[in-house]
Amino acid sequence: MPHPLTAGLGLKPQHYDAALRCTASGLWWEVHPENYLADGGPRLAWLEAIRARHPVSLHGVSLSLAADAPPDAAHLQRLAQLVQRIEPALVSEHPAWSAWRGRYHPDLLPFPRTHEALARIASNIARTQDLLQRPIAIENPTHYLQIDGHDWSETDFLAELVRRTGCGLLLDVNNVYLSAHNLGTRASDYLDAFPVQAITEIHLAGHHADPRLGDALLIDSHDAPVAEPVWALYERLIARTGPRPTLIERDDAIPPLPELLAERERAHSVLTNKEALPCA
Amino acid sequence: MRLSDFQDGLASALLPAPGASTPPPAWLDALLAQPGFAVYRNTVAKGCIDALQANYPAVHALVGTDWLRAAAHAFVHQHPPSDGRLMDYGAGFAAFLEGSGPAASMPYLGAVARLDRCWTEAHLAADAPTLQAAWLAQQAPEALALLRLQPHPAARWQWCAEHPAYQLWQRQRAGVSWDDQLPWQGEGALLTRPQDAVQWSPLPRAGCALLDACAAGATFEDAAAQALQTDPGADLPALVALLLHTGALRAPETPLN
Repeated sequence: MPHPLTAGLGLKPQHYDAALRCTASGLWWEVHPENYLADGGPRLAWLEAIRARHPVSLHGVSLSLAADAPPDAAHLQRLAQLVQRIEPALVSEHPAWSAWRGRYHPDLLPFPRTHEALARIASNIARTQDLLQRPIAIENPTHYLQIDGHDWSETDFLAELVRRTGCGLLLDVNNVYLSAHNLGTRASDYLDAFPVQAITEIHLAGHHADPRLGDALLIDSHDAPVAEPVWALYERLIARTGPRPTLIERDDAIPPLPELLAERERAHSVLTNKEALPCA
Repeated sequence: MRLSDFQDGLASALLPAPGASTPPPAWLDALLAQPGFAVYRNTVAKGCIDALQANYPAVHALVGTDWLRAAAHAFVHQHPPSDGRLMDYGAGFAAFLEGSGPAASMPYLGAVARLDRCWTEAHLAADAPTLQAAWLAQQAPEALALLRLQPHPAARWQWCAEHPAYQLWQRQRAGVSWDDQLPWQGEGALLTRPQDAVQWSPLPRAGCALLDACAAGATFEDAAAQALQTDPGADLPALVALLLHTGALRAPETPLN
């Protein structure tokens, strides 16, 4: 088997003990490394205990790869130490920015996909991969704004980053669905153009309508089960690509672990259903 | 448009620096006018404020959610986070509260916030073995006097002269309601992490002085003298026993004997 991982779950502190006891086949756990960049203490001990039993994925949210500056050297060094300590199965980040001129904005901020931005992000990914001594995957973002001045379509931009740096891609199907909805494009067109051969991980998450604007603006809230249209896009994608490690992301309104495991089981079934896989 | 110009513009709209009031350029106005811009503005503000609320639970319990979030909002604009480790955000919140007008009727709030901050620092600090009483008992008296004992990396201590900060803080942590009968006197607190979890206990003023002196690199003899200077009636053996029992001191990195 080239890859033992099937479907994974985000690891939440309230589920640590139950997570240690899980024995589901192909299960893995994903965390934001930012929550474990401590000098010592119980957080690292918890993560190491999980890692002793299951594969772990580090999904960074604050490297700020799209900022017009190199990633913060101290942050990158701390991340490299965590990677060395945990030996994660997967490492991923975002082509977005958050840290800028010494201030950290806790979000994944957008930018015009210009030639300049492409060169900067490629350089930042290369620097990160050099220090971590492994490829990382970068994730397609959720969009809420019409931004002028793009030189590249997003799918071509991501493909070019793969070509220049050897990075992988994390395809978030919910982000594809939301961005297409919010920007008035078609999710299926985006997926058709996506460089699927570079996908090393997939994310699935729930969303909700903006409380003020309703369905006109969908928010990537990670506070609900994965929506049916997103499952449909996912099943079509897997039929095309074959199995890829798939995470059910849940960061808010977190239900008891058995509910998440049941949702995870659905993704696991899609990934292990041999009839659905493409013919060799 | 240059990437850095885009980022300067968007950053100024998301977390304006205090006193900054330049009108946004046309391209930025066009972004701010879109309904989707509020998603970013709300996410950035909520991320910072949620982190402060999580990192200052005793302050939150004392003042309530609305008060805490209003104070956090003001703090965020003066002292935004500098990196993505939001579990460590808010180092200056106690001093900010002490200088804040709305907190004037709660002069103890800063001292309580300092203990919340001590908890965060103790939780995230480096691991190290604690000094064991058995090891100390093996040292010859003359060697003992010259030992330079180091506080454990996860040990934090605070002396508060004006308020029963420790009682106020630990009651909020334990979910115990305000007590009008609480004797209003100065108090010290010691937070340690002997195993995985952060623990706490009251610490007399002389104990705080002893740890201050150890942290500054004093010999045990000098540290003891400073503790006694702070409180001539201090029970030194009891203090040392407390520090050993709570794991407040780290084991020497190389055996001294």
